[in-house]
Amino acid sequence: MKVLVFIKRVVDYNVRVKVRPDGSGVDTGGVKMSINPFDEIALEEALQMREAGTADEVVVVSAGGNECQQQLRTGLAMGADRAIQIDTDKTLQPLSAARAFLALIEQQQPGLVLLGKQAIDDDNNQTGQMLAALWGRPQATNAAEIVINGNSALVTREVDAGLEVLDIDLPAVVTTDLRLNTPRFVKLPDIMKAKKKPLDVVALGELTSHDDTNLQIGQWSPPAQRSKGIMVDDVAGLVGELKNRGLL
Amino acid sequence: MSKILILAEHANGQLNQATAKCVTCAKAIGGEVHLAIFSNDGQAVAKQAAGLADVSKVLQIDHQDFSHPLAAQIAPELAAQADGYGYVLAPSTMFGKDVLPRAAALLGVNQVSDIMAVNSARSFKRPVYAGNAIVDVTVPADSLVVATVRTASWAAAGEGGSATIEQSAPQSDRPAHTRFVELRTEAGDRPDLQTANIVISGGRALGSAENFEMIYALARKLKAGVGASRAAVDAGYVPNDMQVGQTGKIISPELYFAFGISGAIQHVTGIKDAGTIIAVNKDADAPIFEIADIGLVGDLFQVIPELEQALS
Ligand SMILES: Cc1cc2nc3c(=O)[nH]c(=O)nc-3n(C[C@H](O)[C@H](O)[C@H](O)COP(=O)(O)OP(=O)(O)OC[C@H]3O[C@@H](n4cnc5c(N)ncnc54)[C@H](O)[C@@H]3O)c2cc1C
Repeated sequence: MKVLVFIKRVVDYNVRVKVRPDGSGVDTGGVKMSINPFDEIALEEALQMREAGTADEVVVVSAGGNECQQQLRTGLAMGADRAIQIDTDKTLQPLSAARAFLALIEQQQPGLVLLGKQAIDDDNNQTGQMLAALWGRPQATNAAEIVINGNSALVTREVDAGLEVLDIDLPAVVTTDLRLNTPRFVKLPDIMKAKKKPLDVVALGELTSHDDTNLQIGQWSPPAQRSKGIMVDDVAGLVGELKNRGLL
Repeated sequence: MSKILILAEHANGQLNQATAKCVTCAKAIGGEVHLAIFSNDGQAVAKQAAGLADVSKVLQIDHQDFSHPLAAQIAPELAAQADGYGYVLAPSTMFGKDVLPRAAALLGVNQVSDIMAVNSARSFKRPVYAGNAIVDVTVPADSLVVATVRTASWAAAGEGGSATIEQSAPQSDRPAHTRFVELRTEAGDRPDLQTANIVISGGRALGSAENFEMIYALARKLKAGVGASRAAVDAGYVPNDMQVGQTGKIISPELYFAFGISGAIQHVTGIKDAGTIIAVNKDADAPIFEIADIGLVGDLFQVIPELEQALS
């Protein structure tokens, strides 16, 4: 089985982003960039499937300018067999990304498509579901466990009430949650090896000419700050304060 | 006037309160508010929905395939029902986040995720970067608005409505490629985390599932819901549905207690709308104190029993 993993280049989760004073966006200059953590989990899962023998090829794909080759190389260093960059200088809205991914899927014919449940920059949580819709295939979002059984898969999903198990036919789209696995660390020799692995570039326009951008992004603002609180010395102080405020 | 269709969430014959919060958001947008209920037997839920203030019509679409909330089944039918509507909304619960983008793609539009405020009928505020930035998103006049509603930003609509209930059969084909197997819940008698007035959360510092019993005991005393940080969930102290934060539940209780939680942004983004935040941490420099209304530097293993005592 071939597994296609879509990864996005995002501001590292440890960076505390700041809105630019003119409200035109957030400051990303000189900031550490990484693979979206959920996508990294998706890639790790694909690699574990290959190691377990359920997958035989792992292809890592990212849409963006040349800078996203950095994340694709990291993906190759983690162990992906080859990489594809969907070259575009546009910020793709989820439906546009899904449309491009679908075109690539039609070329690559994977048995399984994995991607993170959300990107930690726009926090949209849409692309996987949209891709499954356009493809007309099953989706299992927020996966905490994936068991491949030949032409189908049992996926345990994190839902509000607990865990839900779905049985889905393959090919399918599965989006990954935090508890699926812990991604491996990349070792130096792997980084060297990754430089020799194939990284193909395909222009966005070769995949789709359809423009699905329908949202206009306007002004950015910092979140409302909570006003500075007080410190109490002990439990008596805490209970007193809660009573004063009529909270107990 | 535009028409707004809200995808209702329900389980075990009960309408989820998140739906009533969407109604409040819909009112802020302005328009005629309809609710869609997909179920194998939606009568009881439809009645509750019809009683929500400001809802004028409830679409009850019953079919055996809707006995479980599967996106693959519901999304095509929701897209079919959306004909004639200017807006399709759903709560940004796990259910809404699963179903609505699939419907949005079938309708050919991007979704506006997590509406936290309405600027105007076509312009909305939503959080990005784990709530570190807020962005205005405008949907052009010729485009359908498909959006999830960040429930923690909205109060639940009241009752006293008397909407008409319209029953119908599904119009779309439903796929056979996705099958429900089971739902595993650790049903407890604690108040629901997402609607509780008081929530008590524990972090990695609790150290074990056994120690988490202290949190449950305090919660029983205060009739509180119980939450946790990701670290506590990952360590297996508590089940995943108790995680609060960017990738867990976004909650807005009147009172939130954080015991032994450092205050990582991914956690804090889940509690920003809480009324009063109380933090207990043995590290005076823990970031949680930057957002806490009342902070106490101390060892939770001493503080919790003392607090329980003081409340007796
Ligand atoms: C993509 C992504 C998404 C994430 N989503 C979430 C999310 O939704 N929710 C979430 O919570 N996290 C999330 N995280 C994880 C987050 O970054 C933190 O790692 C996590 O919140 C830390 O949990 P914690 O505060 O319990 O543990 P720690 O950060 O280890 O903090 C433990 C705290 O306990 C204190 N302590 C220790 N012993 C005691 C004692 N005896 N008495 C009192 N205090 C004590 C320590 O001083 C410390 O401050 C996410 C991370 C990533 C990368």
